[in-house]
Amino acid sequence: MLTPEFRVERDRERCIACQVCVRQCANDVHVYDTDDDWVSSDEAACVGCHRCMTLCPTHALTIRRTPRDFRANANWSADRINGIYKQAETGGILLTGMGCDQPYPIYFDHLLLNASQVTNPSIDPLREPMELRTYIGRKPDRVEVTLGANGVELQTQIGPQLKLETPIMFSAMSYGSISYNACQSLARAAEASGILYNTGEGGLHPSLYQYGPYTIAQVASGRFGVHSEYLKTAAALEIKIGQGAKPGIGGHLPGEKVTAEISATRMIPEGTDALSPAPHHDIYSIEDLRQLIFALKEATDYQKPVGVKVAAVHHIVPIASGIARAGADYIAVDGLRGGTGAAPTVIRNNVGIPIELAIAAIDSRLREEGIRNQISLIAAGSIRNSGDVVKIIALGADAVYIGTAALVALGCHLCQKCYTGKCNWGIATQDPYLTKRLNPNLGYLRLNNLIRAWSMEIKEMLGGMGINAIESLRGNRDHLRGVGLNATELDALGVKVAGWA
Amino acid sequence: MNGFSHENPYGDDKVFDACGLFGMMDVTGKAFSGHDVVKAISNMEERGNGLGSGYAVYGCYPDYADCYAFHVMFTDPAARAAVEERLKPDFLLVHDEEVPHKPIAGLYNAPLIRRYFLQVNEAAPDRHLYDEAEFIIAKVMAINIAGLGAYIYSSGKNLGVFKGVGFPDQIAEYFDVASYSGYLWTAHNRFPTNTPGWWGGAHPFGLLDWTVVHNGEISSYGANRRFLEMHGYHCTMTTDTEAMTYASDFLMRRHKLPVEVAVKVMAAPLWEEIARMPDEEQALYRTLRQVYSKLLFTGPFTIIVAREGEMIGLADRLRLRPLVAATAGDRLYISSEEASIRLINPALERVWTPVGGEPVIGRLKEEARSKTQDL
Repeated sequence: MLTPEFRVERDRERCIACQVCVRQCANDVHVYDTDDDWVSSDEAACVGCHRCMTLCPTHALTIRRTPRDFRANANWSADRINGIYKQAETGGILLTGMGCDQPYPIYFDHLLLNASQVTNPSIDPLREPMELRTYIGRKPDRVEVTLGANGVELQTQIGPQLKLETPIMFSAMSYGSISYNACQSLARAAEASGILYNTGEGGLHPSLYQYGPYTIAQVASGRFGVHSEYLKTAAALEIKIGQGAKPGIGGHLPGEKVTAEISATRMIPEGTDALSPAPHHDIYSIEDLRQLIFALKEATDYQKPVGVKVAAVHHIVPIASGIARAGADYIAVDGLRGGTGAAPTVIRNNVGIPIELAIAAIDSRLREEGIRNQISLIAAGSIRNSGDVVKIIALGADAVYIGTAALVALGCHLCQKCYTGKCNWGIATQDPYLTKRLNPNLGYLRLNNLIRAWSMEIKEMLGGMGINAIESLRGNRDHLRGVGLNATELDALGVKVAGWA
Repeated sequence: MNGFSHENPYGDDKVFDACGLFGMMDVTGKAFSGHDVVKAISNMEERGNGLGSGYAVYGCYPDYADCYAFHVMFTDPAARAAVEERLKPDFLLVHDEEVPHKPIAGLYNAPLIRRYFLQVNEAAPDRHLYDEAEFIIAKVMAINIAGLGAYIYSSGKNLGVFKGVGFPDQIAEYFDVASYSGYLWTAHNRFPTNTPGWWGGAHPFGLLDWTVVHNGEISSYGANRRFLEMHGYHCTMTTDTEAMTYASDFLMRRHKLPVEVAVKVMAAPLWEEIARMPDEEQALYRTLRQVYSKLLFTGPFTIIVAREGEMIGLADRLRLRPLVAATAGDRLYISSEEASIRLINPALERVWTPVGGEPVIGRLKEEARSKTQDL
C-alpha cells in the first residue's frame, strides 16, 4: 500500500546515459539498459539523499517529494498513515536515523541576541583580541595563593582540564555507526582545530591512537572496545548513559555492519549483532555511577576528566545535580533533537525535552545549589549554526557537541536512512565501495573549515555584544531576549521578552 | 523574570552611563576636607547630566570610629519603623540621626536619609552563624531585599557615603560635603541613560568598608551577577557597579586574594599574554582564569574601588574608558581627566596613564594604618 516517497525526474534532453547515477546509488534506483543505451529509474527505493542529483554531470536529475495527497486530515498525516501500512506489513518497530524531525518548538529560533549601540562600544574582532578558549573540567571553589619571597605563589592544584580553542566539540559517533574514513576525518579535524572528538561506544581503531590528545573515549553500556590502552590513550573518558534521540533504550548495530575491523575494534565476533543494553547493568542508581566514575579515574591515575553523557529527560535537573555530586568532571546533555544512527521512530519523535530548556534549567539549579563551578556543562542535540552555539552558551552551557552538523559538513543530506548501512555519502556505512567516497584528506579540511567559520562568527557576535572573552557570555542571559514565547517559557529559559530593557 | 522592584523601578539590568570619577588619598592617613574633591569632580561637567553624583569619605566619623555607620535611604518614610525594628535584635544602637542637609533649588525626590551608628549585638540569635563581616552582609542584604522601601547603601566603619540625583556641586551643597574630612575620598559624576530620578542609583555604591565608583557598562554583567548570586550576594539594585563591589568583597575579603591578584581576575591577562609568561606565572594566571572565569569583567569600565586604608584604580583590559593617576607628596590622585587633578594641585610630581588591566594602588603607610585602626 506504499507508494514511492520521491519522484526522480530525468531531463531526457540532458541525460547522456553516462551511468554516474547508476553507480552512485546504493539503493539501485537507477538502472542502465545496454540495448537501448537508456537509464531508467525505479523510485520505490529512493531515499532522497540527493547523491545522484548532486553528482549528475549534466544536471539532468531532479529529486522531488512525491505528492501523496490523502484526503486532507490535520490529524492523520501521510507519515502516520504510511507508518501503519509498514507496520501492518512487517509487524516491526519503525526505525529511523538522525534527530527528531517533528515540528516541536525550536527555542533557538525564538531567542535573539544583543549588540552594543552608543553606550558601550562594540569590539572589532579583526582589531582586538577575542578569546574563545574554554577549559572543560571540575574547578575548585577557590584559588589559594601565598605571598612568598618570589611574589605571589599558587597553592591550589586544579584537576585535569580539557583545553578547547573554541567551545565546540564533535559529538559521539561510533566506528560502526559511521565509517572509518568519517572517524579519521573527525579525529584529524579535532587536532587541527584544537578541540576534541568523541569515539562513541565503538572503541578506538589503533590507527587513530595518534589523535589520543584530541579524543574523548566513551564507555557505554555495551563496553565495546573498552580496555586499559583505550582508556589511557584518550584525553578524557565519558560514561554514556543516554542519547537524545533514544533516551532510555539501548543500541543495536546489526551484524552485517560488524566487519573484521569493527569486530577487532569492538572486541566482538565478526558478523554478530552489537547490542548495547538500555541501562548499564552495573549502574542501577546514582551511587553506582559514582563508583564507575571513580573506577575510571583510578584506572587512569586521576589524570583525565571523566564526564557523563545523559539524554535530556523530564528530571534532567536533579539528575545533573546528582552527576555533579557523584564526582563527574563534566556532564554532556543531549536534547530531544539529538541525532542517531538508528532509533525507533516513536522514541526519537516523542521522548525527551529540548536542549535549550534543559540547559537553562540545569544551569539555574546548579547555581542555586552552589555547585555550578564543580562541573562543566556540554550541550548537544541539534546545534545547527554558530548562532545556536552563542545562544546555548548564554543560557549556561560551557561548550557544545555537534554531531549532525559535522556529518552535514562531510556531505550528509539528512535522508534519515543511516540505519540501512547504505549511505551513499560514505558516512553511515561500512561498505568499502561506499566508504571510499569519503576522502578523509578532504573530510578533515571540511570539518576544520566549519569550526573555523563558526569560531569567526562567534567572535563577531561577541564583539557586537562588547564581550571579548567567551566566559563573559556563559550563563549571561542578559544578552538574550525572547520572541513569540509565553510567560512560562520565558521564565523557564530565564530570559526577558524582546523590548524589555 | 521582569526584574522590576522598588529599588529598580524601570527594571533595567545595569547602569548605562558615561561618568566622571575622582579619587584622592593621603597615604599617611592625614584627613583633609572635601573642598578640593568637590571642585575636581564638578570640573568634569561634560561627564555628568545631573542625574547622579556622590562622594565617599573614609575616616569621617572619628567619634564613632568603632561603629558600623549604616546610611539608609527611605523611599517610603513609613519604612523607618520597620527597619529600626529589624535592626534591634542584631545591633546595639550607639547613635542615630537624619543625615544633615539643606534644601537646594533644582534637587527633586530627595528621600529621607538617616544614619545609624551600630555595634554588633554579640547576643543576637544567629550571631554565631557568621563571622562579623558576613553577619553585616547578611543583615544588610536581608533588609535591602525585603521590599520595605528602605535601602542601606553604606555600611562600613568610619565611612560615609553622600549621594543623590543632581550635579556634583548640588549634591555637595545639599549634604555640605566640604564640611567632612577624611584621608581617602572618591567621587562620582554620572551621565546615566536610565534609572532617572532615584537617589539610590547614584554612586558610590557601598558594602562593608567597600565603596565603588564606576564608569562603564559591563557586558559580562549577567554572567557576573549569576556567579555572585550563587555565593549569596543579592544584586538588589541590579547594577553592574554593585556587582563589582561584591566581586571585590568576594575575591579580596572572602577568598583573601591580594589586590594585585584580584585585579587580574577582574581584568584578566589575555591567554596569549599568559602563554608568554614564565611557567610558574602561567600556572597562576591560568588557574585564576579557570576558577574565577565568571568574575572576568568585559566591556568598557574604569573603577575606583576603595576600602579601609586602600584605594584601587583599574581600567578594563582593552582600556575603553579613561583613567589618569598622579602623585604629589603623600597624595595619590585617580581621575577620569587629568585637568581635574591639575585644577586642585598644579604642582604634581608624577602623572601617568595606567595600562588597561594594570591597577593603580594607593595604600596607607604602615604607621598610618595602625593609627586609623586606633581611632
